[in-house]
Amino acid sequence: MKEKIEALCKEIEEKVKSVSSVKELNDLKVEYMGKKGIITELQSGIKDAADKKEYGMLVNLARTTFNEEFDKKQRDLNELELNKKIESERIDVTLPSKKIRKGSKHPMTRIEEELEDLFVSMGFDVYDGPEIETDENCFQKLNLPLGHPARDAQDTFYLEGEYEKYLLRSQTSTGQVRVMEANVDKGPIRVVCPGKVYRRDDDATHSHQFMQMEGLVIDENISMADLKGTLEAFCKKLLGEKTDVRFRPSFFPFTEPSVEVDATCFKCGGKGCPLCKNTGWIEVLGAGMVHPNVLKMSGYDPEKYQGFAFGTGLDRFAMFRFGITDIRTIYGNDIRFLNQFTRGDEEDVTK
Amino acid sequence: MLLSRKFLSDYVDIPENVTINELADAMTNVGNEYDSAQNLIPATNLVIGEVISCENHPDSDHLHVCKVDVGNEILSIVCGAPNCRKGLKVIVALVGAKLPGGEIKKGSIRGVESNGMLCALSELGLDSKFLKEEDYTGIHELDSDAKVGEDPIKYLELDDEVIDFELTSNRGDLLSILGMAYEVGAIYGSKVKDIDLSYKEQDNIDFSVTVETENCPLFLAKQVKNITIKESPTFIKNRLIASGIRPINNVVDISNYVMLETGQPLHFYDNDSLGKKIVVRMAKDGEELTTLDNEKRILTSEDIVITDGTKSVGLAGVMGGLSTEIESTTKNILIEAAIFDSVKIRKTSKKILRSEASNRFEKGIDPKRTYMAIDRCCNLLEKYADATIIGGMETVSKIKIEDKEITVSLEKINKVLGTNIKTEEVTAIFERLGFNVSVNNDIFNVVVPTRRGDISIREDLIEEVGRYYGMNKINGTKLVLPLREGHFDKIKRQIKNKMISMGLNETLSYALIKEDEVHKYTKDEFEHINLDYPMSEDRKTLRYSLLYSLEQIYEYNKARNFKDTCIFEIGKGFYKENGEYKEDLKLACLMTGKYYLDINNTDVDFYIIKGVVEELLDYLGYNGRYSIDTFSVPNELHPGVSANIILQGKEIGIIGRLHPNITKDKVFVFEINLDKLLQNRTSNIKFKEIPKFLGMEKDVAFVVKKNITNKQIIDVIKKSGGKLLTNIEVFDVYTGDKISNDEVSIAYNLKFEDNTKTLTEEEVMNSFNKIISDVENKLGAKVRSGEN
Repeated sequence: MKEKIEALCKEIEEKVKSVSSVKELNDLKVEYMGKKGIITELQSGIKDAADKKEYGMLVNLARTTFNEEFDKKQRDLNELELNKKIESERIDVTLPSKKIRKGSKHPMTRIEEELEDLFVSMGFDVYDGPEIETDENCFQKLNLPLGHPARDAQDTFYLEGEYEKYLLRSQTSTGQVRVMEANVDKGPIRVVCPGKVYRRDDDATHSHQFMQMEGLVIDENISMADLKGTLEAFCKKLLGEKTDVRFRPSFFPFTEPSVEVDATCFKCGGKGCPLCKNTGWIEVLGAGMVHPNVLKMSGYDPEKYQGFAFGTGLDRFAMFRFGITDIRTIYGNDIRFLNQFTRGDEEDVTK
Repeated sequence: MLLSRKFLSDYVDIPENVTINELADAMTNVGNEYDSAQNLIPATNLVIGEVISCENHPDSDHLHVCKVDVGNEILSIVCGAPNCRKGLKVIVALVGAKLPGGEIKKGSIRGVESNGMLCALSELGLDSKFLKEEDYTGIHELDSDAKVGEDPIKYLELDDEVIDFELTSNRGDLLSILGMAYEVGAIYGSKVKDIDLSYKEQDNIDFSVTVETENCPLFLAKQVKNITIKESPTFIKNRLIASGIRPINNVVDISNYVMLETGQPLHFYDNDSLGKKIVVRMAKDGEELTTLDNEKRILTSEDIVITDGTKSVGLAGVMGGLSTEIESTTKNILIEAAIFDSVKIRKTSKKILRSEASNRFEKGIDPKRTYMAIDRCCNLLEKYADATIIGGMETVSKIKIEDKEITVSLEKINKVLGTNIKTEEVTAIFERLGFNVSVNNDIFNVVVPTRRGDISIREDLIEEVGRYYGMNKINGTKLVLPLREGHFDKIKRQIKNKMISMGLNETLSYALIKEDEVHKYTKDEFEHINLDYPMSEDRKTLRYSLLYSLEQIYEYNKARNFKDTCIFEIGKGFYKENGEYKEDLKLACLMTGKYYLDINNTDVDFYIIKGVVEELLDYLGYNGRYSIDTFSVPNELHPGVSANIILQGKEIGIIGRLHPNITKDKVFVFEINLDKLLQNRTSNIKFKEIPKFLGMEKDVAFVVKKNITNKQIIDVIKKSGGKLLTNIEVFDVYTGDKISNDEVSIAYNLKFEDNTKTLTEEEVMNSFNKIISDVENKLGAKVRSGEN
């Protein structure tokens, strides 16, 4: 009997080993362990055995052998099948992804938002008023009465039949007037006014529609030094940390004193190049201390309050920043242009 | 304003080692920008030579071969000028000379060596308005006293340097050499020299002036007789040339010369043509005047005219009349020096002509200079036109001439500039500017001379201190102000970011469009807004809808073979309502071509752009409050593939495909009036308890006639589903063989939930069956069974 069982175990090992599919393996299970299986039959022979204990042990050995061999083979076969399946599912990961097309923020919006964020972080409000304005808000309340020669600097679009009455704003300085007038308690102000402006002008560096941003700070002790510090922050943000700012005296009817503001040429870093006409500086904005007449006209007491205002063309900054040479590109809306602005904000603009 | 260094040096000393560029930069530092600073004659390496022989070129019928003595050597030069001849003193450009036309190089002309060029005046870079015909046709002939080997430019007294200033409009005083002299004097600490105003007088004036308008506060007239008209002396001619004014004759030149010196425009009349009186008045509407340029001008009551009592003889401050012009035969003249209202002159000159005179009147005249100019004219006319000056002067004056007194404290100066300037520094600056100043307890009392019409208030004085202290010496400080939160329009930015994240390019287009296009893409009735004097017909009218601009952008890119265009823009739409100008913020979007970038090349269709609208509105918090359905759409949209966007019963926008009349391509657009949208407030996010009990889902497909819309079916389902029905989703739409041609099958997944308990099959089936019977009864629908 012992020999018979040992031979059986050997047979089981060999048969299981030779199996190559789950089906064959299951057939073997039926053959040995099924109702009429070899081991099941052996088990039922126990009642005729002389030494029941030994007989039982030997049959058990056969059963254990079968189960162990079966389990081992089943694991191997499962793994084999899974591997086969995995292999059949292999894909070409270099094929194109599935996504929607890329959107992009217009470069002017990028510049505008960058500056808004900077000024908002310094406690400024952002205000954008209407684009159709009165002559009063655009000029008269900014100390430019009718017939003032400084009006020549801005060739303004008036609306049909509204000469010297209604116009398309030619400067965002209108924001100064609107914010001061709206401020009922006539107290301190910190505001920037970005927006579209319009002038009769059209060439490679001028567009009849462009973007400006006006800044206004009013309080009791605001000085030209504060103006310079603020503009340094502004220019560093847009043109890079190494940018310096220079003041040159100038004239604007709505500020006194007035200055033109130059920033270090971003292209040559101040060494001198064709862009800055070898001066190392680029004119970036006009600024000054709010003229007492402007304060008075909007209800502010110039004996108590003083402040600074500045105004700048955002298009110029966009051109500097992205290396655009013709302003008409900005308003051309060529998809190939727009598609160059699909990435997120840049951290370091000096690179 | 062109500033001649020689002219300036007549009135103020500039250190000799200061180059013209340094002078220009120093002026820039005090606020006077310049365009260019250079030699009047830009040509270099020029020398006076004498032609010692002049032979015909062996191989040419017009060239000459010359030997030219230039002092230290004899040069062989080939010259083509017909007036080239032996013995002539000429301007020689040596090898290496840089002329406006190029550099002179050693070379050979038709086989003969040539080492330089004999020059015509036109080749030296002088503006063509100063040149005569012979300056082009032949080489310039120097007088015989010209010394060989010396600098011809010096010999011609054209060795001047010129700065072209771009002055600010407040500094009318700098439109004069004297004004410039004060400014430059303040920079270098030099005193302005006196002008010679002396002359003798004879007889007594026989002339009267009447001023009948308030627009002429000062009018001076002086008679000068027996003048000799001839060429001006060289220095006058050259100073005019350097200042950009063409010399004509001594008398006309003197009027210009004195205007340049003093900033006071002058007019000389032929006294014999003029008669014995002048009346200044406003023109009559339609009054005619032939001006010096022989143009007939039609005037209005806004123009100031000079008349002889009956007819007008000059357009005040702008241009003289032809009838009283100075001619070569003129003997007796009347000098006018006056001040006219700057606003009136500006209006007239804008209409007729911007002249040197009108420019100065517009920016303001110092009345002291009006008197000075008369004296200076007399002085020069006596000297250079052999004139007899008649005693007395007709004066009509309504102005008080007095210096302004302004006080400013040291504290205020430093408070405005953000500086720490000392009393002595401030005093020194005022003194350099030629202002009388007294100081008491750090309060400055400053007497500002009339020549500085731009200074009238304390802040103007602070600017003067800043200019000469050095604006750039101000050190920037960080704003120290109370902490506060800055506010900005977050909604606009959110919309942009959302649209960009949905794969759209933001565009920026012009608000001005053609008038013909303004009523497109809308059914709204409105009054559009045009410009006065537009730049062109293409930019005449303010847009109402942004969609026309986006259509243009699509066409532009299509013409460049770029057909996948998905763009949006936020901008204003303009209109006039009840006499008021209005502007609404609008969002417009256009989509065509590929949207999904997979290899299946899915093109944009109506449902994609509708998805964009819904995503946006949901994102902004309007979920469940809007609908997209067709009521009335603009003619520019495909009538079968377009709809209105409705928010709580009000239309806020349109959506649809461009009409095949506009393009055969499948182009989809939408536009939303953001002002109308954002009037509707949204509620804040409020957490709702997550259902604790699982819900149950049921599917049903309805077969309906094609004229029944999904929205109609959903409306019925919602109504009859009641509280338990928490979600409805379309999961299949079928048209085809299995149902009839005029039918469509739409399949819905319905979700039933109850927050308080687990629903029983019976409860759900009750609701579900009610839904089915309602849809069947109300819309004539059939439930689609599994078999079809």
